[in-house]
Amino acid sequence: MSVLDVSDLRVLLPAADGLQPAVDGVGFTVGEREIVGVAGESGSGKTISMLALLGLTPPGARVTGSAGFGGQDLLALKGKALRDVRGRSIAVVFQDPMTSLHPMLTIGRQLTEHVRHHLGVSKRAALDRAAELLDLVRIPDPKGALGRYPHQFSGGMRQRIAIAMALGCSPDLLIADEPTTALDVTVQAGILRLLDRLRTENGLSIILITHDLGVLSSVADRLYVYYAGRIVEAGPTSNIIQQPRHPYTQGLLNALPRAESGLTPIGGTPPSLGAVPAGCAFHPRCAFAEASCTVDRPELVDGLACPINPLVSS
Amino acid sequence: MRNVLTWRPRPYLKFVLVRLGALVLLAVGITLVSFILTNLIPGDPAAANLGQRALSDPAIVAAFRHQHGLDQPLPVQYGKYLAGLLHGDFGTSQRSNRPVSDELAEYVPATLELAITAVVVSLVVGVGLGILAATRRNSWLDQLLRVVSLAGVSMPTFWLALAAFFVLFYKLGILPGGGRLDPGLDPPPHVTGLYTVDSLLAGQWDIFGNAVFHLIMPALVLAAYTVGLLTRFTRASMLEVLGNDYIRTAHAKGLPGRTIVFRHVLRPALVPILTVAGLAFGSLLSGTVLVEQIFSWNGIGQYAYQSALNLDLPAIMGVSLVVAVIYVTVNFVVDLLYGVVDPRVRLQ
Amino acid sequence: MSTPNAAGNAVADALSPGLKLRKNRRRVWRPLGVIGLVVLVIWILVAVLAPVLAPHDPLAQQSDRFLSPSGAHWFGTDELGRDVLSRVVYGSRVTIPLSLLLVVCSLVIGAVVGAAAGYYGGWLEMLVMRTADLVFAFPAIILAMAVVAALGPDLTNAVLAIVVVSWPSYARVARGLVLSSRNADYVLATRLLGASGRRSLLVDVTPNVAGPILVLATLDVGNAALLLSGLSFLGLGVRPPAAEWGAMVAAGASNFDKWWLGLFPGLAILTLVLAVNFLGDTLRDMLDPRTARAVIQ
Repeated sequence: MSVLDVSDLRVLLPAADGLQPAVDGVGFTVGEREIVGVAGESGSGKTISMLALLGLTPPGARVTGSAGFGGQDLLALKGKALRDVRGRSIAVVFQDPMTSLHPMLTIGRQLTEHVRHHLGVSKRAALDRAAELLDLVRIPDPKGALGRYPHQFSGGMRQRIAIAMALGCSPDLLIADEPTTALDVTVQAGILRLLDRLRTENGLSIILITHDLGVLSSVADRLYVYYAGRIVEAGPTSNIIQQPRHPYTQGLLNALPRAESGLTPIGGTPPSLGAVPAGCAFHPRCAFAEASCTVDRPELVDGLACPINPLVSS
Repeated sequence: MRNVLTWRPRPYLKFVLVRLGALVLLAVGITLVSFILTNLIPGDPAAANLGQRALSDPAIVAAFRHQHGLDQPLPVQYGKYLAGLLHGDFGTSQRSNRPVSDELAEYVPATLELAITAVVVSLVVGVGLGILAATRRNSWLDQLLRVVSLAGVSMPTFWLALAAFFVLFYKLGILPGGGRLDPGLDPPPHVTGLYTVDSLLAGQWDIFGNAVFHLIMPALVLAAYTVGLLTRFTRASMLEVLGNDYIRTAHAKGLPGRTIVFRHVLRPALVPILTVAGLAFGSLLSGTVLVEQIFSWNGIGQYAYQSALNLDLPAIMGVSLVVAVIYVTVNFVVDLLYGVVDPRVRLQ
Repeated sequence: MSTPNAAGNAVADALSPGLKLRKNRRRVWRPLGVIGLVVLVIWILVAVLAPVLAPHDPLAQQSDRFLSPSGAHWFGTDELGRDVLSRVVYGSRVTIPLSLLLVVCSLVIGAVVGAAAGYYGGWLEMLVMRTADLVFAFPAIILAMAVVAALGPDLTNAVLAIVVVSWPSYARVARGLVLSSRNADYVLATRLLGASGRRSLLVDVTPNVAGPILVLATLDVGNAALLLSGLSFLGLGVRPPAAEWGAMVAAGASNFDKWWLGLFPGLAILTLVLAVNFLGDTLRDMLDPRTARAVIQ
């Protein structure tokens, strides 16, 4: 039973020369108590596709497709119905904890305002709950922290606070957008352990967006790999990490630093909005590209969008 | 972790003290600038304040110059002036022969009553319209407010005052045409010098109502410029805040638009708005020169005008000093408000 | 101008100053800016061509007094039987050049002093900026009134007096902009290549400072016109027969039921200042707002 079922999601973003596809027909599911990893370089559409689910795309964007969640289509929701999902059933943790918390409101206020709004609990009860949550994410002196402001905490602490804030209404689904990218490696590991613990202890489903496959390999159950607004490979994390089938996934894995072989970056750069190559978008950077790759746009079949499948046969 | 209760007030206190020190230095500097500028004004005070016949008698002129200390070197004059200021002595008016401090005490409250009312109106209306424009960005209302606010800052105050006077008093007769109270009414017992406040303190409701009635037209005219200014500025400031990540966070939390606008957007936007409001207070004080003239409002605007016409140097110096000090004090208060609004200022 | 300016400047300060005009803003059509420019150009033409455009001699007491607007006298006649339209036309020859003079003088002094302070720093910066703070607080209108009272009703005197206290706003903005662009990589690069300090100030920094200062100056022309006509309204502007808008409004004030005396010169001031503000506001929008923050400090 999946918590979220997205199909054929397309997002068009306003650019200098009209609307351009940033997300071009993706589909994915998230199961209960599952951590789903979404990987890809910046600009591949992974963040925008998650924001689109909650109607948080920039003004002028056009979103189509469907996103089944709790018996309704998220993409059809508007106004109050949409706001009732935001923060309550689906919560988001953003990338940069230095800018995503309000600088002039106390931690207590930021942790309770949506809880009081959505659940209608008293201020006292909401504050108690906030202190519990801060304790859960291992903030020392939770009660004292409620009266303080974001600038009085380190980046790692702020990200924990942001996670506590997201957990306020006990959401069913947490979307974490690069929650560790802005943080030190040691802090990263702590945040990842925290997410894993929340999944097992609180029964939370999590979408973890990152460009770092190393991060995903340690916690995600399943992976979706984005390239240029499409999903190029999907499957269980261990399979993908051990035996990547798409040349792009392999490139991403090779780009991770390893003790034995060092790292090998992928040549070239990802295409920008509105300048996606015809055929397989990855073909200009692909070592295995054939003539057909420049013409036919590969569909995702059996978790792979690469008809020539060079890595399995070799 | 430090305890919440022990660390909170101290950094703010330090912040306040540092700025208070700066304010005092600024005030002393302003006395020097006022003194220099006033003495740079060409012209002979004796000629302006003595009659033709007295002027032709060198002895009378010398006596006048001696009486007002004009026969001493400028540094000595400044030293004496500064020493006098410490005792609240602003010198003696060359026009009326009364202590300048007495005259200022008489006129300053009237102007403050007018200017404060105008500031309150400007903040309420200007910030309100600015919020409206920002939340309905690029709508027809936004465009309309843009034109209206630019008209506000483009309006010649004296002309607007005359137009208001013509329509509201002369033609319609719904508002009084000038003065602080109807003729025949006695001012309330002097406490602050603000008739509205004093009448309330004395429980004289009729006087209070009458004072408010007289305040409406001059205060609104005076506020036109600052309302326009604050509308434009609030809009811009709000739009800048709207682009921040933490506003996206607020939307992702599912908060209603009203909460986001008033709690999340307005507060950070308020910091630059307050700066402009503080600076705008200066333009209000200048505006009083014209508005008081038209509405027969006995404040420092009229006093400055009379003093300037008569080259009454001690009075010019005194009134300039008061205006400058009010101005820097208001901006000092604005500085303190930064601390209240923004915890990063207060706690660092 | 110091005080009315203060607020206007703060706006320009905080909203506008950016390093360059934004290149590819999509909405190019800016009706208010166009209207402002057109009206401003019209007013300048009126000032230049006043002798040609004015139907009558602005000083000639040729008709009956207090004629209400008609085909012969579109704006009526005043208390001495002079043609109000002609006087409004000629009034532009006082307000427009003097407002420009005031702004140009303040701009030149302020920008030079402020840029030097920002570029050289040290005691010079300290001295200039503290002086600016002190002078800025002094009410310009009082100084101007006193100077005019001493030297006689001539707005040129008032302009010179106001310049003494109005340069600081330009100095502040110029200093802020120089500070923010002085340390930009490309300026450092030319210094490393051996360009002299003065050369890099002129060649590399000036273009960045020009845009925001221009916006500030444009908005300031409106404030200057308001202040100068205000002084004139108080009887501190021009010697009586000469036509000047503020003085004409004052004449309207003492002949209250003759509404045309005050209405038309007032509208003249309003349209001129409004045009300037439309233009300045549009220019401000066209500047890149992202660099604004750096300048406020």
